[in-house]
Amino acid sequence: MKYRTYVWVWVGLLILTGMTVSMAGMNLGRLSILIVLAIAAIKSGLVLSYFMHLKYETGLLFKLMIPIVLAVLTIFIGLTFTDIAFR
Amino acid sequence: METHQDYTGSKIGMWLFLLSEILLFGGLFLLYSSYRYKNPLDFHLAAWELNRVPGTINTLILITSSLFMALSIFSIQKGNRKLSILFLLGTIFLGLLFLSVKYVEWTAKIEHGLYPNSPRLLGRSKGEVLFFGLYYSMTGLHGLHVLVGISILSVMLVLMIKGKINQNRFVPLENSGLYWHLVDIIWIFLFPLFYLIT
Repeated sequence: MKYRTYVWVWVGLLILTGMTVSMAGMNLGRLSILIVLAIAAIKSGLVLSYFMHLKYETGLLFKLMIPIVLAVLTIFIGLTFTDIAFR
Repeated sequence: METHQDYTGSKIGMWLFLLSEILLFGGLFLLYSSYRYKNPLDFHLAAWELNRVPGTINTLILITSSLFMALSIFSIQKGNRKLSILFLLGTIFLGLLFLSVKYVEWTAKIEHGLYPNSPRLLGRSKGEVLFFGLYYSMTGLHGLHVLVGISILSVMLVLMIKGKINQNRFVPLENSGLYWHLVDIIWIFLFPLFYLIT
């Protein structure tokens, strides 16, 4: 780990921010929601693994934490949408 | 790195709290997406009225503040206390800057008569009322988190100047940093949902 690593992650985050902002300017319709959310997911992945050190944590709990929360959210979102979509 | 293991417990405690925060905002995101699904056109129209410029500036501010936070922790681990304090000051400054931009943005919206229960908003369709309700409550709750983050970081600053946080004992700073980064992540999702998807 060096100072440089953090700065590079920051540069990556800036580039991704530029990408979402310019992407939203184009009229891509439904696809734009997917792209914008995918970029947000990549950005939070960068913050989680480098700034929040998850990449360097050892232990099963640290590795499983985020997947478990994502699974819970997926179930919530999935169940809610099967409800409102077919009501 | 020998002492690192001793801190695992307190870090796991912090992470458990952060996970509950993710679920709190996750619930709000779910609310947003189901209302958006029900009122796609109204959300589309309402999102046009949000100004992208302050939203983008705030994104850049928060990302940079996250960098400063990470560098502050890294510096104290390396034993460079002065640099660490400097980076922490930068983080707090950028947090205040974020809130100032938010203040200007909200003031402009309120002056346009767009605030919860305003006569102008109530005259519009249900979906637009919902959009602005969600906008104010979600960015408001996030702003509250930024304010709490700034307060915690200020306490850390005092502890650091007093020397209570140092190269051998930096976990309070690290845990505060985790909170700050989480607030950044929440904004990473709030920003496209309210400002970019139209």
